[in-house]
Amino acid sequence: MPAIEVLGLEKTYMVGFWRKRPKRALEPLHLTVEEGEIFGFLGPNGAGKTTTLKMLMGLVFPTAGAARILGKEWTDPEVKAQIGFLPEQPYFYDYLTAHELLDYYGQLSGVTVMDRRRRIPEVLSLVGLTDVKGVQLRKFSKGMLQRVGIAQAILHNPKIVFFDEPMSGLDPLGRREVRDLMSQLKQEGKTVFFSTHILSDAETLCDRVAIIHQGQLRGVGEVEDLTSSVQGQIEVLWHGPLVPAAIKAIATECHVSGDRVRAIINENQQDAAIDALRRERIRLISITPLRTSLEAYFVEKLQRAPIAEQTRVSTAVGKGL
Amino acid sequence: MNARIGYIAHNTFREAVRDRVLYNLIAFALLISAAAILVGQISIDVERLVVINLGLTAVSLFGVVIAIFIGIGLVSKEIEKRTLYTVLSRPVRRWEFIVGKFCGLAGTLVVNTFFMAIGVFGALLYVAHKFSRPDAWILVALYFIVLEFLIICSLSLLFSSFSSPLLSAVFAFSLFAIGSFANDLRGFAGLTHGLTRWLAIGSAYLVPNFSALNVVSAVAHQKPIAGQLILQNTLYALLYTVGALSGAVLIFERRNLK
Repeated sequence: MPAIEVLGLEKTYMVGFWRKRPKRALEPLHLTVEEGEIFGFLGPNGAGKTTTLKMLMGLVFPTAGAARILGKEWTDPEVKAQIGFLPEQPYFYDYLTAHELLDYYGQLSGVTVMDRRRRIPEVLSLVGLTDVKGVQLRKFSKGMLQRVGIAQAILHNPKIVFFDEPMSGLDPLGRREVRDLMSQLKQEGKTVFFSTHILSDAETLCDRVAIIHQGQLRGVGEVEDLTSSVQGQIEVLWHGPLVPAAIKAIATECHVSGDRVRAIINENQQDAAIDALRRERIRLISITPLRTSLEAYFVEKLQRAPIAEQTRVSTAVGKGL
Repeated sequence: MNARIGYIAHNTFREAVRDRVLYNLIAFALLISAAAILVGQISIDVERLVVINLGLTAVSLFGVVIAIFIGIGLVSKEIEKRTLYTVLSRPVRRWEFIVGKFCGLAGTLVVNTFFMAIGVFGALLYVAHKFSRPDAWILVALYFIVLEFLIICSLSLLFSSFSSPLLSAVFAFSLFAIGSFANDLRGFAGLTHGLTRWLAIGSAYLVPNFSALNVVSAVAHQKPIAGQLILQNTLYALLYTVGALSGAVLIFERRNLK
């Protein structure tokens, strides 16, 4: 059973004061997220990521379409007890302490008193907030609030966690801790759905990603597939600055940077390149298959036409897009 | 009561306390003490009348100001600050949120009124040196003031569910002012003719009738309050409150939280 099934959710807002006109925030979106995977929802600012998440959380009503979470209607309160949500740039009741806030959210999620007593220190420790007892949230930094936001999202031990830009406001150490936490959630069998425009985070963490732009789904697939598109080329790196003529002749690209030289050649020319370096007594550093970065894939998708149907998406994924 | 409503109400009450809303009690205590001392020195045989009139009017006005200023922000502030997102993404229904907020604010006002009532009785004891049997009607006047607060809370919440805090404050204060003269408005409606008559009658009965809930003067003059009026006012206030709250729920249930 898929964890999340988005079945043609779409949103059109009416904008303007006197003469209202429709503005499409999200074209019909079809998406499936399997249980236990980390799914990245990528797109530039204003692409429709937050609108999608808000619709899944029941904060914004779709113009058309539906969704199923854990096999149930997404608006079912029972479903909501199974999900955790971190909004973008979260803001909480600043007159409460972190403990009080988590206790309140625990009550609303139906967590028992005993479980709250156990879970609150546990999740606060997990997000690195151990020394905040008695401190009101109004005294917290942006990064600390983000950590509280993550803590409240996982407090009730949900099966699916939705994070909207979870790395926002965090320093490099904090980002790493959140990445580790997301990996840990996956190990615990939870499904993580997170939106981001930071591609390196998605590349490191995600099993699959979807790319959305101007409210349209542009691509979806496994990160492994998207970034391992070798296209028959390899990257050869050696101590420079000498570039043998034989390599010059076969390289499609060749750059000298300091005492290192990097050349891109066809896979079938690999032996010829090694022989050329040997002849010149040049020390080889590495030979690696050339991978398309997620960034390159992302940029390409932003320039391409949208994918309208899930069936087309599936076919495209099968072909490695 | 649904447990989630209780949690939301408790949090709303806690917010009011931590935002120092109950500090108004200090201002009220100062006002009532000063009035009692002053009245004790300058009034002849009307100390009791002045203290009850002044005290109950102050209880009502302080409460109305709190009800409107907190009530208008109950929903709009939560949307603006996005604190609502992490509440409604849990198994909380929108109507539970509205009712919980209402109960929290109503609870704050009841606690506030309780302390102010102690102040009024303290001042009365100071100027009259003893309580008399008709003073018990002060409790009925306080009960009517609480009913007035319930209506204002629900109206503030209703306005807060669809408009900005500023507009909500304007609407709520206007309705409070008009509603305080509801009986005069109904009298005026009876003097008009044709379409104007129907419009005037409609408006007169649509605005909350706060003048029926104001028995301060009667109580100050030691007049008893009829049991029928207590029953009528109770039913009226409850129906009006439920109506306004239902309106707030209906609007909020359809609202997109952008």
